[in-house]
Amino acid sequence: MDNISLLTMAPVLNVQLLVDGLLIGAIFALVAYGLALVWGVTNVKNLAQGDFVMMGGYIAYAMTLAGIHPFLALPVAIVLMFAFGWLIYKTVIYRVVDKDLFTSLLATFGIAIVVQQLLNLIFGPEVKIAESGFGIGEYLDGGLTVSNIKVIAFFLALALALVVVLFMKKSRMGQAIRATSQNARAARIMGIDTDKVYAITFALNAAICGAAGVLISMIWVIQPYFGTSYSIRAFVIVTAAGLGNLPGVIMAGLGLGALEQFGSFILGAEFQQAIVVGLLLVILVIRQIQQSRHRQVVK
Amino acid sequence: MRLSQNSIALYVVVIALGFLASLLFPNELAQISGLVIVVVLIQTWILANKYMSVGQRAFVLYAVVIICGIAAPFAFPNYVTQIAILWLMILFALTWDMMGGQMGYNSLGNIIFFGVGMYASAIVQIGLYYDVAQYTSHAGAVKVQYDWFQYVFGMGLGLIAAAISAVVVAVVLGRVVFGLRGPYFAIGTLGAAIAAGELVGAWDYVGGGGGITMPTFPGSGDERSLFFYFALFGLALFTFAFLKWLYSRRYALAVNAIRDDEDKAEAMGIHTLRYKTVAWAMSAFLLGMSGAVFGNMSGFVEPLEVAFPTITFGIFMVLMALLGGKGTLWGPVLGAVVFHIIKELTWTYFLGWQWVALGMLIIINVAYFQQGILGWAQEKWPDFFGLTVDESDTREAAADASGEASK
Amino acid sequence: MTNILLNKTVGIVAGVAAIGMLASAPAMAKVEGDTITLGSAISFTGKYSTNGIHASNGYNLAVRMINAAGGVKVGGKSYKLAVKYYDDESTPARGAQLAERLIKQDGIKFMLGPYSSGLTKAIAPVTEKFKIPMVEAEGASRSLFTQGYKYIFAVLSTSEQYLASSIALAAEIAKKNGKKPGDVKVAMAFENDPFSLDVRAGVVDDIKKHGMKIVIDDKLPRDLSDMSSTLTKVRAVKPDLLVISGHSKGAATAARQIKEMKIKVPLIAMTHCEAAKVISKFGDSTNGFLCPTQWSETMSYKDNLFGTAGEFDAKVKSTYEGYRNVPYQLAQAAAAVMVWKDALERANSFDIAKVRQALSDTDMKTFYGNIKFSAAGNNIAKPMALRQIQKGKLNVVFPARWATNEVDWPRK
Repeated sequence: MDNISLLTMAPVLNVQLLVDGLLIGAIFALVAYGLALVWGVTNVKNLAQGDFVMMGGYIAYAMTLAGIHPFLALPVAIVLMFAFGWLIYKTVIYRVVDKDLFTSLLATFGIAIVVQQLLNLIFGPEVKIAESGFGIGEYLDGGLTVSNIKVIAFFLALALALVVVLFMKKSRMGQAIRATSQNARAARIMGIDTDKVYAITFALNAAICGAAGVLISMIWVIQPYFGTSYSIRAFVIVTAAGLGNLPGVIMAGLGLGALEQFGSFILGAEFQQAIVVGLLLVILVIRQIQQSRHRQVVK
Repeated sequence: MRLSQNSIALYVVVIALGFLASLLFPNELAQISGLVIVVVLIQTWILANKYMSVGQRAFVLYAVVIICGIAAPFAFPNYVTQIAILWLMILFALTWDMMGGQMGYNSLGNIIFFGVGMYASAIVQIGLYYDVAQYTSHAGAVKVQYDWFQYVFGMGLGLIAAAISAVVVAVVLGRVVFGLRGPYFAIGTLGAAIAAGELVGAWDYVGGGGGITMPTFPGSGDERSLFFYFALFGLALFTFAFLKWLYSRRYALAVNAIRDDEDKAEAMGIHTLRYKTVAWAMSAFLLGMSGAVFGNMSGFVEPLEVAFPTITFGIFMVLMALLGGKGTLWGPVLGAVVFHIIKELTWTYFLGWQWVALGMLIIINVAYFQQGILGWAQEKWPDFFGLTVDESDTREAAADASGEASK
Repeated sequence: MTNILLNKTVGIVAGVAAIGMLASAPAMAKVEGDTITLGSAISFTGKYSTNGIHASNGYNLAVRMINAAGGVKVGGKSYKLAVKYYDDESTPARGAQLAERLIKQDGIKFMLGPYSSGLTKAIAPVTEKFKIPMVEAEGASRSLFTQGYKYIFAVLSTSEQYLASSIALAAEIAKKNGKKPGDVKVAMAFENDPFSLDVRAGVVDDIKKHGMKIVIDDKLPRDLSDMSSTLTKVRAVKPDLLVISGHSKGAATAARQIKEMKIKVPLIAMTHCEAAKVISKFGDSTNGFLCPTQWSETMSYKDNLFGTAGEFDAKVKSTYEGYRNVPYQLAQAAAAVMVWKDALERANSFDIAKVRQALSDTDMKTFYGNIKFSAAGNNIAKPMALRQIQKGKLNVVFPARWATNEVDWPRK
């Protein structure tokens, strides 16, 4: 409890934790939004979500090795990951789209393992970073330090989300995707090629993850096996916010980022992972209670 | 008829000789004689198949499996641990199938019971003669030397504690997660398994992430291998026999009805929550004991990789059941055997790439080969299955029963 | 109600099993022809694989050098050395199985250790039960040497010594500045794994001895990519010494965030600086970090095989690509192979009892340091050293005997 009194004694710490949490939470939200998109449209629960993020990160890392600034990796990662997502859909996911729910979990789990191991074989298990070379901002008499890249990444994440939203609202394809997610059969009758819609959605999600990975590699560190924790976070956020609820996803993402910071400050860093999965369980149980209440009403 | 009986007798003699040879020559010769035994057993089985009644055949089959199980560590003395792990894998696949296959509740977190059992027995075994907190806080600096009585007595108590605590966890956790349906159940149980590993890792009393060194086995190296081999073999055998009995009861009809349509099953008056809890508790009971044995076998218990290996053992059990064909009795057994052999071979010959191979296996399994080996065979030779595998009979019977009832 | 298909499948499975077992049984004995095969389960994949590969590089380099220099002479005959590896995937359960496989199936009689304390803890009971001597170079946990094991010999210093010297150094500096060691505030962040917790145990013992205050005691999760909440705490409580241990990834994560959050602590000590290559990754911001090392190329040890420590360093850099600083993990692995050669030649036999006796009588000088085993099997002839990153170079600053440079205090 010393840690709590620390927080009340030095309020600037709260600001630091909150800022750190919110800035990174925006990227969690971006990844979760991709998951919600795929989940809502194709009903595939992508356990390889975090590993797609790591792939994006390694694309940025590989480009820094070639002397290219990681910012330029953003479009490259988006294009490459879109192609990769398309490929994965055409080889694996199309086989499991209409299968039972558990199948998609296992298939994407298999993809996650293969991606992790290939990254490990190519880049080694050491943590890597893509150095952006941006400065570090100091505020409130040095009580608050924020590296500029975090701020830039925050706004980039929001901009990317905005682009995706506009695409969904305005473009023909976006409308087809939304129609399919509402009722795939009706969409098919209306002449929408749902298979193509699924493929685009899955590829779009991979591209979103890739972009998030580029940002992560500049802010934190990447490692072939770190993907799993991003997958878990994405599931927590989507389960908490519900599908097709973009404001909810953003709020839950920011909230999770802040909660992780405060939680591990107060309880100790060893509980960071446990906080996230514990939260997942709590949310699931709350949903369950809500549902059972709903069932009683129906009765 | 007489001819076949004679030849069976002949084969039995050959088996006995091969067995004897394997005892006399423990190395390469033993392996060759082991192979001879296997070939002869297959021949015996084919013959038995031709000339024996159904009941006799079943008896011979089980006798053969049991004899193989008992003879294996002597026939292949260098592979004792690998075969012991095979029995563990069979137990994993069978217990997962109790929920995932028979009831349609696909848990990704059954590994919790394995870990809980392992830690419960570790605490009991060390706590019998030492102060656990003191033991772990010295990071293993206290040496635990048990004599035979202390060791066996401690492990016996440890097994009981493991089974009880795993069942308690299953009942409590079941209350929380059984309301979740479909993918939420899978995600919820996966989360619970990861949380369990993390929380035990943060629990200083049991050594946290530093783990616990288990008491050393009082006998020699070979005695130790055999001891744990037979412990795991016995557990797996018990599990199989128990499930065979269980699946012939009304219980099987009820859980299969839950799998087919839970709401209808409930409407039929099946107390679904009770069945779910009982099924989970039973698989927890078996997994908890296997965890206790495996913890002692490893000699070193540690939360993330030995006790709660969610993404290795935890996923293997699902994969093996799916590979063999879920919802059957023999499917998980077959899946476990095939999986274990593939795994051992890739680990030997694809050094560094074994995990890629495993991931590909999962993808191919679920995307292209979803019905499993037994399911595939069922499609390939449907005529065999008109009167065959009793599990599929019970499943059909269950389907009929629920179908009729709903009419 | 059994059936024909079932029989067939049982038959097929039994057949496959038989083939599998036959196929996975390479009949390799410990000494075959003119080759002595050492066995090791080591981490080629998984979280320890960087250091696992460092260690296997060390084994391979020493094997190559020994073979080139005429091999191992036993009973008047020259033998070549070889190493049989399995990948333990950085998991203890797998390591224990593979050790048994090496001993039982491959007939290995002389073992080399795996990487990390956790893996060594898992393997030691196996080698002990089968009475197979193991010379290990990467398992530093002191609990390995309190179990009464008779067949484990470690060339390295035990883990409680890793960062304990940083406490002694902090106490010395406090005295020099006219303060009491009891006033020193220590912040600790250790990964939640067997190795780091052992390091922590040593640090805590020394903190108690000097009467210092622990102001932060965080345990870091194993897949750690962010420790900013711990560092925020550090900024709040302003400790005099920050101690971090979390293998290579912990060192890299810590170094990055210390840089980004501009953490100003007069003394920062962390393990695995070299293995994580923090200097080349984070540049000037790492100046002043204290890094414990089992070995440094500036030390004055030497032997007949590699020459001086500096010559070993050069040899590694010319043999393997990508080493700017040679990690001590590689050096001690090479030393372990040298111990085998020495012991086998002195035993002049392949008899296990004689070899074990020869091992326990070891008293040799290598480029890595002097090696002499206690009854428990740990090396008692070699101290740990503390290096500090000064202007991008690692210089030994503690203890005084090996120091090439003065410690920079406070770090800038």
